[in-house]
Amino acid sequence: MSHVVLTLGDDVSTDVIYPGRYMATVLPTETPQFAFADLAELNAKLKAKQVPPGSFVVAGKNFGCGSSREQAVSTLKGYDLIVVAKGFARIFTQNAVNLGLDIVEAPAVVASEGDELEIQGDEVINVTQGKRFPIVPLPLARQALIAAGGLIAYTRKRVMEKAAK
Amino acid sequence: MGKTVVEKILARASGRSAVSAGDVVEPAVDLAMSHENAALVINQFHEIYKGTGLEPRIWDPSRIAIVFDHRVPAESPKTATNQKKVREFVAQHGIAKFHDIRGDLGGICHQILPENGYVRPGAVVLGTDSHTTSHGALGAFAFGIGATEMASVWALGTALNVEVPATIKVVVSGLLPPMVGPKDVILHLVGLLTAEGANFRVLEFHGDTIRAMNTSGRLVLCNMSVEAGATAGIVPADEETLRYLRVEARVEDALTPVTPDADAAYVRTVTIDASNLEPQVACPHTVDNVKPIGAVAGTRVHQIVIGSCTNGRLDDLAVAARILKGKKVAPGVRMLVFPASGRIYAQALLKGYLGDFVQAGAVVMNPGCGPCLGVHEGALGDGETALSTTNRNFKGRMGNPASDVYLCSPAVAAASALTGTITDPRSAVPGGAL
Repeated sequence: MSHVVLTLGDDVSTDVIYPGRYMATVLPTETPQFAFADLAELNAKLKAKQVPPGSFVVAGKNFGCGSSREQAVSTLKGYDLIVVAKGFARIFTQNAVNLGLDIVEAPAVVASEGDELEIQGDEVINVTQGKRFPIVPLPLARQALIAAGGLIAYTRKRVMEKAAK
Repeated sequence: MGKTVVEKILARASGRSAVSAGDVVEPAVDLAMSHENAALVINQFHEIYKGTGLEPRIWDPSRIAIVFDHRVPAESPKTATNQKKVREFVAQHGIAKFHDIRGDLGGICHQILPENGYVRPGAVVLGTDSHTTSHGALGAFAFGIGATEMASVWALGTALNVEVPATIKVVVSGLLPPMVGPKDVILHLVGLLTAEGANFRVLEFHGDTIRAMNTSGRLVLCNMSVEAGATAGIVPADEETLRYLRVEARVEDALTPVTPDADAAYVRTVTIDASNLEPQVACPHTVDNVKPIGAVAGTRVHQIVIGSCTNGRLDDLAVAARILKGKKVAPGVRMLVFPASGRIYAQALLKGYLGDFVQAGAVVMNPGCGPCLGVHEGALGDGETALSTTNRNFKGRMGNPASDVYLCSPAVAAASALTGTITDPRSAVPGGAL
């Protein structure tokens, strides 16, 4: 069980998650400092380690729309945030699966900042509000990558199989 | 049941007789493109080989394209160092389709690929840029991916676990009115579909308006298909595609257009009557917040931008130059022009467009992404408004979350530069005709 640290509306773009002006910074070890850089208060809390790993960001439809920049995923992964949204944009979905960021699609989700959430099976439970919301499974095509422990591990395995032949 | 263009392309690329929407396939990749973010791809590529005892090896260097465009020339030592690392990697691995910062061969990736004939009908094209959808204009299946996914493509030569997307058929009919063009069509469509309306889907473009449109215009439609969330936009290849590839891109080898079956299965059909279309403007801060120009005319603007992978082609510069020629950019307005490639820059120079811009008071910049993504130049001040032919108006997009960005066609941008307010180009030029 963890708290909701931020709620956002529909169509949150990658420019909000990781502003373009920081795109020269690419390494997953360096991108977390710019998470939600234009939301100064949240960014400061994250950097000060005041947000416990496993905290939730709850958003509306089409979270992560826009750019293919992977920084938008690695920056959230750096704090082990879990994103629960009514929906996710395609490239963001793929990048999240590839890098192992937890994303949960729950089209009916309702939550306020500070609420306690729990993921249980195929439901998001808002403990504070006493409500349960069904989860839409990730695209079939992406599930094999999660099972393999992310895309790097999956591809590494394939490369080694190829070399062995 | 018949097949869509994307189903046919993915069947061929996956070595299957047929595939349908929803199937999971692993298509061979015909072209894999990156820009400056190749620096991250390289990092992840090496990560894949860590602990394997194997030497990192690109499956086929001739199928890799790397184009510097996002921050050219470098704006910081960090970018310059990343670009240097990419150059070293390119030399080491023998990547020939590399476009460095050059006045002749450089430019924006989504213009460099088509104009050099790197994209063919029926190809599978992946790029570490969301606007890779552009290349559907040549009848290819082209989509954006992240850097780690590209590293995987470099190693394996295939796109892993691709779910064959369902297709939305978009039928555009009728003659576009004067001062209304491809940008207005796609803005209207994105407004209609909404920013997530085509998420995980492909937009396949049909209708007599599309058939009559040149490749330059089709690139605009496919470029911004991603703004409706689409995996890809695609115009089935036809005579115009072949003309473009033969005449403009000087491609000599065999070309095989892929066309959909008459009874192909579409999840939805959207029809647009182009003959009634007005100039469209996307208002802050989402691309689907689209209004006909009358609703926003008169809005004060501080910066006009013409260029980008959306509207930095010769046709776009021609329209703008004809509106601006012999006139002056209004006081208090900064107008920036970014041709999409060195080739276009040179053509616009010969045609006199660049001179027209400079004499009107515009600043002609070097080819590249420019202020579109707010990392390099042309940033906005607090409370300022830009009117731009680029593709995104998200909060903070041009580098300042305290500014507004409106999106429009080159005709609207040029007409508005003359007045300093959002202006209907049909009223800016006597009779409305160019």
